[in-house]
Amino acid sequence: MKKPPRKFDILTDSTEAAGALSGQRLNIAIVGHVDHGKSTLVGRLLHDTNSLPDGKVEAIQKMCERRGMAFEWAFVMDAFQAERDQAITIDAAHIWFSTEKRNYVIVDAPGHREFVKNMVSGAASCSAALLVVDAGEGVCEQSRRHAYFLHLLGITRIIIAVNKMDAVGFNEARFGVVEVDIRGYLAELGITPSHVVPVSARDGDNIAICTDRCDWYGGPTITEALDTIPLPQADSTAPLRMPVQDVYHFDDRRIVAGRIESGSLKVGDELLFSPSNKRARLRYIESWPDNDRRSSAAAGQSVGLQLDEQIFVERGEVVSHIITPPLESNVFRGHLFWLGREPLTPGKQYKLKLGTFEERVTVQSIDRVIDIDDLSMTEAGASENVIERNGVGEVVLRSRAMLALDEFTTNQRTGRFVLVDGYDIAGGGIISMRGYPDQRQLITGKSSNLTAVNYGISGSARQQRNGHRGGVVWFTGLSGSGKTTIALEVEKQLFQNGYQVYVLDGDNLRGGLNANLSFSPEDRAENIRRVGEVAVLFADAGFIVLTAFISPYRSDRVRAREAAEMKTNGAFHEVYVKASLAVCEGRDPKGLYRKARAGDILEFTGVSAPYEAPEEQELVIDTDSQTVEQSVSALVDYIEKNFSTSDN
Amino acid sequence: MNNLTDHIQTLESQSIYIIREAYNRLERLGMLWSLGKDSNVMLWLCRKAFYGHVPFPVVHVDTEKKFAEMYEFREHYAKEWGLNLVTGLCPPIEEMDSTLPPAARAAARKTEGLKSLLAREGYTGVFAGIRRDEEATRAKERVFSPRGESGQWHFRDQPPEFWDQFKTDFPPGTHVRIHPLLHWSEIDVWLYTKRENIPTVPLYFARDGKRYRSLGDEDITSPIVSEAVSIDEIIAELQVTTEAERAGRAMDHEAEDSFERLRADGYM
Repeated sequence: MKKPPRKFDILTDSTEAAGALSGQRLNIAIVGHVDHGKSTLVGRLLHDTNSLPDGKVEAIQKMCERRGMAFEWAFVMDAFQAERDQAITIDAAHIWFSTEKRNYVIVDAPGHREFVKNMVSGAASCSAALLVVDAGEGVCEQSRRHAYFLHLLGITRIIIAVNKMDAVGFNEARFGVVEVDIRGYLAELGITPSHVVPVSARDGDNIAICTDRCDWYGGPTITEALDTIPLPQADSTAPLRMPVQDVYHFDDRRIVAGRIESGSLKVGDELLFSPSNKRARLRYIESWPDNDRRSSAAAGQSVGLQLDEQIFVERGEVVSHIITPPLESNVFRGHLFWLGREPLTPGKQYKLKLGTFEERVTVQSIDRVIDIDDLSMTEAGASENVIERNGVGEVVLRSRAMLALDEFTTNQRTGRFVLVDGYDIAGGGIISMRGYPDQRQLITGKSSNLTAVNYGISGSARQQRNGHRGGVVWFTGLSGSGKTTIALEVEKQLFQNGYQVYVLDGDNLRGGLNANLSFSPEDRAENIRRVGEVAVLFADAGFIVLTAFISPYRSDRVRAREAAEMKTNGAFHEVYVKASLAVCEGRDPKGLYRKARAGDILEFTGVSAPYEAPEEQELVIDTDSQTVEQSVSALVDYIEKNFSTSDN
Repeated sequence: MNNLTDHIQTLESQSIYIIREAYNRLERLGMLWSLGKDSNVMLWLCRKAFYGHVPFPVVHVDTEKKFAEMYEFREHYAKEWGLNLVTGLCPPIEEMDSTLPPAARAAARKTEGLKSLLAREGYTGVFAGIRRDEEATRAKERVFSPRGESGQWHFRDQPPEFWDQFKTDFPPGTHVRIHPLLHWSEIDVWLYTKRENIPTVPLYFARDGKRYRSLGDEDITSPIVSEAVSIDEIIAELQVTTEAERAGRAMDHEAEDSFERLRADGYM
């Protein structure tokens, strides 16, 4: 049989010709199931590319004779006594070799399940990965686990070495089975492998030398496949992100230090610091030892900035340009891997490291636990869910402070985070804001030069005339939980009892004041912000305002509370109208759940968007177990008790 | 920017990032200055990170067996650069583990000298200029590498380290070694030394057909055959050599595991 023509691209980027001289190198992670032959492949790769020091192979052969063992290429890799004893690689080691094109560092990541943290530590610094799969055994648990972790680490360039082809007689059909299997798994992660190469590491087939033992294969050898991978580039064209690392004042200069993670900046730029939202212009970019201050700097560079104003900024803030700021939120979704000794548990607090920012976060929920073997997901909700060591899943994390962050799909370097449990780095993940709004626009005032009017009629005068205080009774709960029904009935009874009372609900605000808002997370948040502000005005006018909105986000309700309490202490009362999703869906008074389940309504609370139940509400009305009459009566009692200032 | 400067620039920025992280997160820092080419680069990177300042002591663990040129170098530049130089002496060889081979036993003095200096000064973080490409056990190091109370390295159970998020939380009694040059190669060190014009002990350059590639104690360090009298010639020589950098350091080679034992016990 005639060998097919070899078809693959080798990049001929002339600028890389200086690679060998410059020491420029590409980091490649080698991963795979235990005993699939990683160490053998690396030993062979070093030998076949003439990268071993003189006498190394002879020394190992001698050592083998002395110990009465057969020579194996894997021994090249075994630097540690302990490794030779246990015959497993303990930690990620770094191995240097060169092809004619350029230099490489192979980061050898252990296959053994116990050492996933070392695999992560090694692979995270790599631009590409070589996944070794045994042709006979096929894709195994660790093959899949490693591929999944590579995906979470953001490594999408993967070369598959189907090893031990000699043991299956270089059978094309067997290779095909393994290839289809691994390609199928990677496709579900959104990864297309660069190449799938049949090799025998032991015999040196298709490592650096093209073999004639599999005529049916027309692709590259391992070294040729590696040479097709482009060098990593820092992204200077993306929006500017520079986490502040420190602020130095060793002398009369005040220098803001950090590394530019993406984008670029130049002297004269107006810079925004998030989440403090302070601004200043860039005056100088410092340099040493020369004094010729640079006028610009770009992604990948560690810099020191002097600003034109002495604003107080500190470690953890993110520098950007004004028009392309990071998102702001105190809640986000993390798709994470867990390395902690103790499982990741809902309700538990961890230290979040986000760039240079550190803050306590609480695991609000574990939404999915993912089975790496078949990628099946356990949809959570069940609070007994945990993510075990070496497991992966999707969680919602919440902090007290506002965070400046990006989604991983927008910016890999600022869209990832680490969790610390006690003293230990216990997990890492990538950020998604699916279902959660950017809170930046809600907290950024756009008007200035405002002066508040001093009212001629005081709050106490209004109170005296009405016989009760003004305030906000804020209902929150799922659609169908009974908010509007109860609010309207409460309004009626209070009105009859002589109260100044008014109901704000979705339909009377969405039609007018909020007619320009959609149901996106940002617009929902803005909707609630406006409701909150309108409610404060009514309360200030002496009314008891009943608001009947789902208001699913805790952060929005906190903001409404703060707006009300800023005017009058104790003016805000949160009422959780509590009903299970099943009950609400059974009631479905407006037919919305049916539409949501059919996919006609996107991002419907409780179905396809989150509902964050209150934690510090003043009152719970459980409409699963109470009738409307009981609920109304409880609320009327509560309001009369808390708002009335008359004696009876 | 061409590829060469790009590559060196990336290494420099990464090292500065590491040095600044350590300075921000750790309380009492010291920088080990062995006077060799690597620690000179590390010191230079510090001055770059802090714009001419070295905001912590520079520590020389002195075996009193270094080359005269090294002591001259130390005195000269400690003064010129305004360094806060702290030196610590090493105990006599008779007090070292007698089961170690002779050169490793001599090198163990430095481990003990370092330990007593750490105890005396109470450092919680110490910068060391080791590189992954030097030697196989160093290849397994972390950038932030925690040590137990007596300085041992638990290489079997190292913390995870990824995305430049380093381990900076420790129980009391731990100290951490910080390795800002871990990702550099020997050639990178020389390229950078040349680019920045960093002063170097003259022993690295050939005299009478020999030069030192790695500097240690005079009695256990051997020169290599070389005609390289400039950095360019050293780089050219390194590109074709298949000799290991530390081949002239006797303690690495006495037994299969002697250097590993040294490092597990706290050697740099």
